[in-house]
Amino acid sequence: MTARSASAPSTHTLSEHASKELLAGHGVPIADEAIAATADGAATAADELGYPVVAKLCGDSIAHKTERGLVRLGLGDADAVRAAATELLAAATADDGDVSVLVAPMVNGSRELIAGLARDDQFGMTVMVGVGGVLAEAIADVSVRLVPIERVDAEEMLDDLATQMLFGPFRGEPPVDRDALCDVLVALSRAAMAEPRLVSADLNPLIIVDGRPIAVDALVELEGQP
Amino acid sequence: MSREMSAWKPKTEHYHALFDPKGVVVAGASTHPGKFGFVALHNILDSGYAGNVFPTNRDGGEILETPALTDVADVPDGAADLIFVCTPAATNPGLLKVAAGKGIKAAFIASAGYGEAGAEGRRAQDELVALANDLDMLVVGPNGQGIISTPASLCAQIVAPYPPPGRISIVSQSGNFISSFENYANASGVGIARAVSCGNAAQVGVVDFLEFYADDSETGVALAYVEGVVNGRDLYERLRAVCERMPVVLVKGGATAGGARAAASHTGSLATDDRVFDGMCRQAGAIRATTIEEAFEAAATFATQPLPKGPGVMVVSTAGGWGVVTADAISRTDLDLLPMPDDLRAQLDEQLPPRWSRNNPIDLAGSETKDTIPEVLATAARHPAVDAIVFLGMGIQGNVADMERGGRFFPRHGLERIVGFHERQEHRYTATASALAGELGKPVLTATELAVTAPGNAAVRGVVESGRYCYPSSNRAVVALAHLWHYSRWRQRRT
Repeated sequence: MTARSASAPSTHTLSEHASKELLAGHGVPIADEAIAATADGAATAADELGYPVVAKLCGDSIAHKTERGLVRLGLGDADAVRAAATELLAAATADDGDVSVLVAPMVNGSRELIAGLARDDQFGMTVMVGVGGVLAEAIADVSVRLVPIERVDAEEMLDDLATQMLFGPFRGEPPVDRDALCDVLVALSRAAMAEPRLVSADLNPLIIVDGRPIAVDALVELEGQP
Repeated sequence: MSREMSAWKPKTEHYHALFDPKGVVVAGASTHPGKFGFVALHNILDSGYAGNVFPTNRDGGEILETPALTDVADVPDGAADLIFVCTPAATNPGLLKVAAGKGIKAAFIASAGYGEAGAEGRRAQDELVALANDLDMLVVGPNGQGIISTPASLCAQIVAPYPPPGRISIVSQSGNFISSFENYANASGVGIARAVSCGNAAQVGVVDFLEFYADDSETGVALAYVEGVVNGRDLYERLRAVCERMPVVLVKGGATAGGARAAASHTGSLATDDRVFDGMCRQAGAIRATTIEEAFEAAATFATQPLPKGPGVMVVSTAGGWGVVTADAISRTDLDLLPMPDDLRAQLDEQLPPRWSRNNPIDLAGSETKDTIPEVLATAARHPAVDAIVFLGMGIQGNVADMERGGRFFPRHGLERIVGFHERQEHRYTATASALAGELGKPVLTATELAVTAPGNAAVRGVVESGRYCYPSSNRAVVALAHLWHYSRWRQRRT
């Protein structure tokens, strides 16, 4: 009630790269990635990471990359990376502020989850996990707890999900390492406790690769101005 | 909001003044049988309450054969510790001051015209709370429907009925659900210890009463109806501490978008994200029921059955179909339909003719003799892998008995003897089920639709007389059992 009557504090978002760094610092698993200021830099980074890669425009104010067409998937060689990075940098608008190109190896897995943190008006900071992918909203299979959670809470959150089939062997992929997934939820809870300015965090998607969860995109929102 | 404005908190003595008063003042007692001030007095006088009862009103005289005082000041000092207030809101501050001077520690405010009645009412409510805090007085309500306390034979409420005594204690943000739960208690025989309708919850609310119930030796399980959440974090932390000591069954109104709109106009509560509320309950160890009926059954099960130590359920049935649908119901929960252990199968082979199911559900397939059902129940319940039993198939002999007893040939043709036999058998089955639950510390639930369709059936009476709950269907028994397992598991995982 107090949260509503008080004027909402202003917030700002971190870039994908900075969001991942913040969360990785508390134990959230992130795929290798590199940041480049130029198209040539992006190609060099891709050479080091190994192909195929994904390239995305990265900046503090860029929250809806997919909707704006700022994600290029499955880039197979340096030329493709250079071309994609050039287009991405050209697509940046003045509102986007400082931008760079994020390059990361393509991560393959047919199962997508979502996980995150959100402040609830009545219960304060919460941690959630759910079934991801394009149908996530329609499926609405999510479980929520109040931060902080203990490991047993994380285990029970996974048990809460209706789509338990996702956790078994799936399309030739091994079963989900539930311990590793619990680690992600506990890490999110830890991040929320350690960062009082944290307003929300989204790991979307959290892809299951060889049974283990890896966050391939992240968005963190903090209280106040940058 | 008022609760957060003050540090005053009721102590155990205040709750005892409310639930175990040595005397009760009914302020605003009326001679008019249609008024709350009459109904409340009637219910207090008629429920067997042994303490002093002092009706007060402006005119004095006699109400329901009881002399009425014209002023609370005339109540002898120390003779009452609870005042039940039905007077108009404007007169209540003066009333409470005088009452406090008489040693009264608790007030139930049935009067309306407070927080539910606009800005002026909200101000009157805040002032009432501030005054009560100063007076060191517990104030419940306002705009509530009353309290019951069966250990004190106290029915200080303006809703009916008065329930049998038992181990369930209720707190509700909606007074009529007190009545609903009491109706279920009367119908099932599984009784109530305390119940309170907290109305606008100005000074104390649901979680305050849950904390008292956790301390209360008369209470075994709490049952709560909530709509609004004022301070979610505080609720979570206190609810969790209560659940560590006692099971809490909770129904939340406004769980859907439509319900939330209705709740906003009922108690002015803000919508809560139901997924957050649900997760909060699971984390805190509170058992959340979807419906009022399911909530009562869960509470009745906590009140009358031991907690299961594991999820393994064995179904014992005298007919195949019943067992099959019960197996379906179990499969829809976190309970396990226990695969039949080889040694148990071998034991049952010796007790049963070969046509029994040889699996879980144990289907006797009509192969029983006089002692079969009690023996099989005992054998199954005693097996160490069995955590709980759902027993189906009672009441068939009771039905035969009812038909024959009510038929035109009774008591000739040997009917009297066979009717007596059938009824004694039903009692044996239900008594065996109850005794095994007590002896082994394992839930043994009995289900038959006769609980609703023919409560006079010998089997249903047998369950009620054994102090257990007779489930109207096996699926409802399974849902209740799953709630017990969830609570048991929550405790096991956190100790």
